[in-house]
Parts: sequence; C-alpha cells; structure tokens
Amino acid sequence: MTAAEAPAGRQLVYTLAITEGVRQALQEEPLAFMAGEDVAGAGSVFGIYRGLLDEFGPDRVIDTPISESGIIGLAVGAGATGLKPIVDIMFMDFIGECMDEIVNQLAKMRYMFGGKATLPVTVLTMSGAGMNLAAQHSQSLEAWLCHTPGLKVVMPATAYDVKGAIITAAREPNPVFVVMCKGLMALPGDVPEEPYALPIGKAVVRREGEGLTIVAHGRMIHEATKAADILDGEGISVEVIDPLWLQPLDTETIINSVAKTHNALVVHEAVRFGGLGAEIAAQIAELAFDHLDAPVGRVAAPFSPVPFSPVLEQTYVPNAERIAAEARSILGTG
Amino acid sequence: MPWRSDAPDGVPIPLCAEAAVANSSQAMEPSEEVLKDLHFRMVRIRHFEEEAGRLMEQGKSPGALHLYIGEEAVASGVMVHLSDQDQITSTHRGHGHLVAKGGEFKKMYAELFGRETGYNKGRGGSMHISNVDAGMLGANGIVAAGPPIAVGAAFSNKYFARMEGRDSMNVAVPFFGDGATNEGAFHEAANMAAIWKLPVVFICENNGYGEFTPQAEHQAISDVADRAAGYGMPGVICDGMDAVAVWEAAGEAIERARSGGGPTLVECKTYRFVDHVGLRGIGLHYRTDEELEEWRARDPIPQHEQRMIEMGVMTADEIQAVHDAVMADITESIEFAENSPLPDPANLLNDVYTPTAAS
Ligand SMILES: Cc1ncc(C[n+]2csc(CCOP(=O)(O)OP(=O)(O)O)c2C)c(N)n1
Ligand SMILES: [Mg+2]
Repeated sequence: MTAAEAPAGRQLVYTLAITEGVRQALQEEPLAFMAGEDVAGAGSVFGIYRGLLDEFGPDRVIDTPISESGIIGLAVGAGATGLKPIVDIMFMDFIGECMDEIVNQLAKMRYMFGGKATLPVTVLTMSGAGMNLAAQHSQSLEAWLCHTPGLKVVMPATAYDVKGAIITAAREPNPVFVVMCKGLMALPGDVPEEPYALPIGKAVVRREGEGLTIVAHGRMIHEATKAADILDGEGISVEVIDPLWLQPLDTETIINSVAKTHNALVVHEAVRFGGLGAEIAAQIAELAFDHLDAPVGRVAAPFSPVPFSPVLEQTYVPNAERIAAEARSILGTG
Repeated sequence: MPWRSDAPDGVPIPLCAEAAVANSSQAMEPSEEVLKDLHFRMVRIRHFEEEAGRLMEQGKSPGALHLYIGEEAVASGVMVHLSDQDQITSTHRGHGHLVAKGGEFKKMYAELFGRETGYNKGRGGSMHISNVDAGMLGANGIVAAGPPIAVGAAFSNKYFARMEGRDSMNVAVPFFGDGATNEGAFHEAANMAAIWKLPVVFICENNGYGEFTPQAEHQAISDVADRAAGYGMPGVICDGMDAVAVWEAAGEAIERARSGGGPTLVECKTYRFVDHVGLRGIGLHYRTDEELEEWRARDPIPQHEQRMIEMGVMTADEIQAVHDAVMADITESIEFAENSPLPDPANLLNDVYTPTAAS
C-alpha cells in the first residue's frame, strides 16, 4: 500500500506515528524490546516514545546509560541470541560513537559467520538540519550507512511511512536503520490504526509528471513537491519520486520514470559530494543514458559542516527555490 | 551540608576529605583576592546564563542552550588556578566554563546570536562556543568528547615543557558530567592520562542526572571518583556548591599535575537549578520540588557572599556593586550582539580547511 492508497481518515502527526509504530511492534512481538538514552522515563527528548514505559514496563522499555557503542552492542548480542532489539540513537550525529558496532559487527556478523547468525535489529535515529542545532546535531549521514553491506536503510518522510517503516524494520530479520527527520516532527498525515508494513525496497511516486523526474528523500521530498508546484505554474510537469528505502534502492522505479520524462534531478539534505545522489545519478547514467536529454542534476548541501547561524544554515540546506532553479537549468528554461 | 554518599549511616564525613588529608600539612587558605575572584566569576556566570535563558525563551537566541545555573562554583573554583596557557575542554553546558575562563560577554552573546562578531564567527553557537586563544577548546555537542581531547592537549603540554626544558607544565582540564563517565571515550582518556602521567585534571560535574535519568539509574556507583582507582589515579570528592571547596580540591590536583605528578579525577557534587535545556525545559517532571528546594538552599553564590561578609572581605554594598557592574556589562554586550553583523552567506565555505602553505 502506498501513501496515496492509504485510507483517508485518522490523522496523526509524525511523532505520534513513531510512537504508534513502536507500540505496535512491541505488542505483536513479545521478543521485542526497546532501549536507548532517555527513551523510557522521559519518553525520549523528542517525546516520541511517551507512554511506552507505562504500557510495556521496565523490562521491555529500557533507559540506557549514555553509551552508544554499548547500545548497538546490546542490540547485536541480544539480536544474535534470539531477541528482537529496537534501539534508539537519539541524534543521528551520535552514530560516530558506535560506528564499529554498526559497521564491523552489526552489518557483517551474518556474512562473516557463513550465514549462521541472524541480526533482527531495528535502529531508530533522528536526522536533519534546520533547527539551529549546529554541526553535531544536524547531520544527515545516511550515505555512511548505505555504503555498508549488511544494513538496510529507510528514511520515512511522512507520518504514514514512519509508522510503517518501524513495523517493517521490527519484523525484518536484518538490521534496519529507520532514519527519521526531526524537521518533520509536527507533520500530520493519514495513519491507519492497525499495524501495517511497507514493501522493502519500494519507492513511492509522490507526484506524477511528464517533463522532469525529481528523486528526493527525507525532508527534501516536501521541498521537491513545493518546487514541483512552482514549476507547474511555469508549465513544467514534474514527477517526484521518494525512494523511501535507500538500501535497497528501487532503481527500477527511478529508471522507468526517467525513461518517461527524459530529465532527472536528485535532491538530498546531506552534503553533495559522495552523497546518495551520486549513486542515484550514476545509476541513471548507466541505465537510462539513452533516455536523457540533459545531464542529471543534483541539489544538496555544500561541502561544509552544518553552520549554526540561521542565515548560514538557511543557505546551507536545500529548498524549493534552489530545486526549481536547478530544474530550470536542466531543462534549459532558466 | 557537606556529605559523602559512602559515609557510614549517621556519620557525616566532610567533603574533600581526601584533599584535606593529603594536604593537611599545608592546607590551602584562600586569600581575600581569591575569595573575591571566585565570587566575581560566579556572579558573571549566573547573570550571563539567566539573561541567555531569557533570550532563548524570547526567541532571540536560536537553537538549544544548556544552562550552567547552580553549578557556578565548579567552573569558578577550577578556573582561578588556570592561566590562558592551560587548556580546558567543555561540554554542551559550556557557557559557564568560558565565562570563568575570562570569556568576554560581547563575543559570547554575539556567538549565541549567530553573529560574525562572536567567538566562533557565528559558525558554532552555544554548543561549540570556544576561545582557543585563551585555552578554551570548545563547548561540545558530543557527550564525553572532551576528555580525550584534553589528553591530547596535556600530551602537547608535556612535549613542549620537555623541549623547552621546563619543569612546570601547562595543565589540561576536561569538564564533563556524571552521565559522560558512561561513555567509552572517558575511560580511554583516563587510562591514557594515567599511564603517561599527563598533566590532566579530570573535573566531573556530578549534578545527579544525565538529561532526565538520575545517576542511580545510569551507574551502579554513587561516587564517580571511585572510577579513578581503576586507572591508578587519585579520586577526590568535593562540594561542588562551595567555590572554596572546589578551589581547594582542584588546586591541589592542578599543582600535582603541573609538577609531573600525573592526573587526578576530581568529582564535584553539584546540581543544575534549571532544566536540561533552557530555563523551563520540555515540561518533564523528573526531579521533586523538595530536591530542587534542598539544593537551591545551597546556592553557591549567596553562600559565598555570606562567608565573605562574615569574614569582612566584602560588604553587602560592595557585593551589590559587583552584581550591578556585571549587569551593566551584560546589557551593553547584548546590545552590541544584537547590532552586530550577521555572517555573509558568501563565506559559508570558509574555514572548512586551513589553507595549505604554498610549496
Ligand atoms: C554522544 C552523545 N550522546 C548523547 C547526547 C545527548 N545528550 C546531551 S546532554 C546529555 C546528558 C549529559 O549528562 P551529563 O554528562 O551528566 O551532563 P549534564 O547535562 O548533566 O551537565 C545527553 C545524553 C549527546 N549530546 N552526545
Ligand atoms: Mg549530569
């Protein structure tokens, strides 16, 4: 079921959709537990796990010390021995603290052991800039994860998708990172009450169009959609694709769209160099070269840490105007 | 009320017991100058932070501010012993450390407002505020990032002292919370400092909580100082609400580090009077009103002022004059910061790298 097919009706904001996703994942799987810094008593600094401690008790909803490598290690060890850990790394920036546990343990254990270990681990973390939280609380580091064989990565940008992503991740026998967007916390959307999963590795076509394909993920989906509105007013019809799953990536949906529109623009909030956009652009160049009327464009953050000062941060983070400008330049109308 | 949590029932063992014993022959007495200095630093921190908190609530100071209100005695008691050549590393709760290390209000507020005239040219903000020229190696958004960096600075201090044939070394002082001592980085730093006898003084600001989690739930010991033994360095506990007690405990440890005696872990028992972020926080009720009141009654500033009045060091009027002068500086500095230019977005990519020297 895609967002477009979700039954209209009950609205939840992104944060409450997260809570509901974790709640239902814990309800349906007695071997699942949740652990992280201030996730229990405080219900997370983002308020996204409020009420879970009361409902599931301290054996299943656990406040950890400030020990990120301990947290991922806990998930690896508990996951490999039969439990279904759901762990939280508050800000994505903090994965620096636990990269060994992620890259050398969690991601590789199954392969290194000849397929003899299963790591049904869900990692929830909050990414993104725009709140003046400066260089160590604003990053989008999804490319680090996607570059690591053994991990799956989903970056939900709607209330519907974030709940579905969490449930999907919790049911999945592999490590899945659910990279959430702090800039979307107040975003409302249709969210069915019952538990539901998303098809792993399936992109969502957010908007259909004829003249240009914009592939955007995370919060940039919403900027891309705004850009599509602007361009629509100029007679340019834009198709907006949200890969949703960054690993595995839905190459087919992207290529089919480019074959139709003949132009492509890739957008993300992370730095441009070596970002996921580079991979997507390369795949388009490899697989849809003959369809392209122009080189694939990219809009992403410049090559610097996220600056604190609001004037700088606004310049740093891509927005609808910059996306629209790049689209015009690809189409030769700007 | 001084206390040690491992004291037998009903027997109050004074804080800084170790320091007092180790130093009994030459117990340090603060001079009048030192008492006034401690006071001045604490008052500067308190007013700076109260205004900063208000500015955040008014939306004038963007982002998140972690305020140091209540913990002033710690930064002040330590910093009196340090020169600009000694380094500190700080935390997310870093304004107090910079103020105590001589931070200028103008450049500090300008940084909080994201202005070009700020200490970090508006690039860092509250969580990265720094003054490298005065040995303040930055507030830090990553919990426990400071101790390993301080070890590096201390390594450098030892290296330079040897090169220059000096016996006395500059000292590096990482500040960090109780919660931070659960990160691997803290333990790696403590071990390296100890095996290499580096001039480091680890200052743990134990305010009883890591964010909203009480210490009893995040570690199985009540005295962080106990961890020192595991690394073969002295561990000392002091009353972090008493500037003189901190001054005494830190002073001894810093002297030892300077003269080649190696690192010490000094645990300061303290409390933050406001929430984890900002003045009012996010409305979670994780500390009882009684607990808050108990600690507020031990406010380090009135306590210190009372002592100075009793000792005849300062009169109430003189004390008031200090507050007034600090407030005047703050008013002027906020005005300066508000009227300062914003960074030019054209310079966004400046300072990512140091220019490579032409070959
Ligand atoms: C590596 C890392 N993990 C988690 C956080 C989120 N965080 C910010 S402050 C804090 C609590 C720190 O507690 P403590 O060290 O006791 O310092 P205090 O805030 O009490 O001064 C946490 C968990 C962070 N900034 N960095
Ligand atoms: Mg603390």
